[in-house]
Amino acid sequence: MEEYEVVIIGAGPAGLAAGLYAARGRRRTLLIEKHITGGQIALTSAIENYPGIGEINGFDLGQAMQQQAERAGMETVYTAVSEIVPADDGFILRTEEGDYAAKAVIVTAGAAYNHLNIPDEERLTGFGVSYCGTCDAAFFKDQEVAVVGGGDAALDEGLFVARYASKVTVIHRRDTLRASAILQERAFANPTMAFRWNTVVTSIDGESQVESLRLQDLETKEESDFPVGGVFIFIGQTPSTAFLEGLVDLDEAGHILVNEWMETSKPGIFAAGDIRSNSARQVVSAAGDGATAAIRADHYITDHYS
Amino acid sequence: MAKPNEVSDATWQDSVLDADKPVLVDFWAPWCGPCRMVAPIVEELADEYDGKVEFRKLNTDDNPNTAIKYGIRSIPTLLVFKGGEPVGSIIGFRPKSDLKKRLDAALE
Repeated sequence: MEEYEVVIIGAGPAGLAAGLYAARGRRRTLLIEKHITGGQIALTSAIENYPGIGEINGFDLGQAMQQQAERAGMETVYTAVSEIVPADDGFILRTEEGDYAAKAVIVTAGAAYNHLNIPDEERLTGFGVSYCGTCDAAFFKDQEVAVVGGGDAALDEGLFVARYASKVTVIHRRDTLRASAILQERAFANPTMAFRWNTVVTSIDGESQVESLRLQDLETKEESDFPVGGVFIFIGQTPSTAFLEGLVDLDEAGHILVNEWMETSKPGIFAAGDIRSNSARQVVSAAGDGATAAIRADHYITDHYS
Repeated sequence: MAKPNEVSDATWQDSVLDADKPVLVDFWAPWCGPCRMVAPIVEELADEYDGKVEFRKLNTDDNPNTAIKYGIRSIPTLLVFKGGEPVGSIIGFRPKSDLKKRLDAALE
């Protein structure tokens, strides 16, 4: 079994910053990622609110953070952690690639985009149903599409899709948006963007590709068909904490409860970024959380193991 | 070392449909971040399946006709062809172990 001092779960901005700090602290550091470096930002077209960096593609920012941490000595493994088992001198992390031992664990597994969980959503994923505007927008050139949601992700991705599509209709279940004011200004000013308020999607229809959405107006309860070539879904996220069941305290929504040092209810386990309770859910706050967690984990190892 | 060769709309018939061996085609575009994560994994697979499977990559920006013909609406998409027919598809970024499982299943 490979032994490390700090093992970090999740290669988003929180995990990458934690890895940088832990490795620069000369801790033997492993980062475990189950999917893609950068996490949610890997699918973000433009990050414009990371201080000091005017604008950067999210994928490139993730790559740059990883390279910086690896130059400092962090190692990376791509696999999923199925369980964290407390041991006499730390923790054992079980993965498909084998077990890893850690003195301290920093959980930065983030959150996954929610699905609508409506008929034919899964069947048509990749055939007009998309959770990544940046990835798929180019395939909807001169077509009419819908974006479901009202937060930053919905508008950011919707504005990106609007560069290609002939019309982008934002379908939102409320009558106001949750997105930041600057994105709202841009969306309302964009002639390609349209809005359907107080409306939900009840099913997605199409034989081999998306052809239309079934919509319901929440006020009148009336249903209607809405022809589109594609639908992009951004309706919030769920924290990826299933593998931590019973090990650390969670809030009602499943986020990990931490104190201001990113310490969880279990000594030796820290949490940072979108997975923690009351996160601001920003790249810069996640990176700050990650640094805090790594610094505290370093103190914890010194206090308990030397 | 086996590396995926670029295929285009023009060379599609010869290079993919008329190939003697099964062919895996990586549909990608330069602006697609996840495609850049998949590319090095596909290169490793090309090495591991050398002699058993041919590996190709198709730039969907430069070759829209083939992408449209196969209903590609999301990239990265990997399609596996046997005897000119698509027998498997993998949509979106997947870890290597998952790609191998799905490729093996398509080859059976």
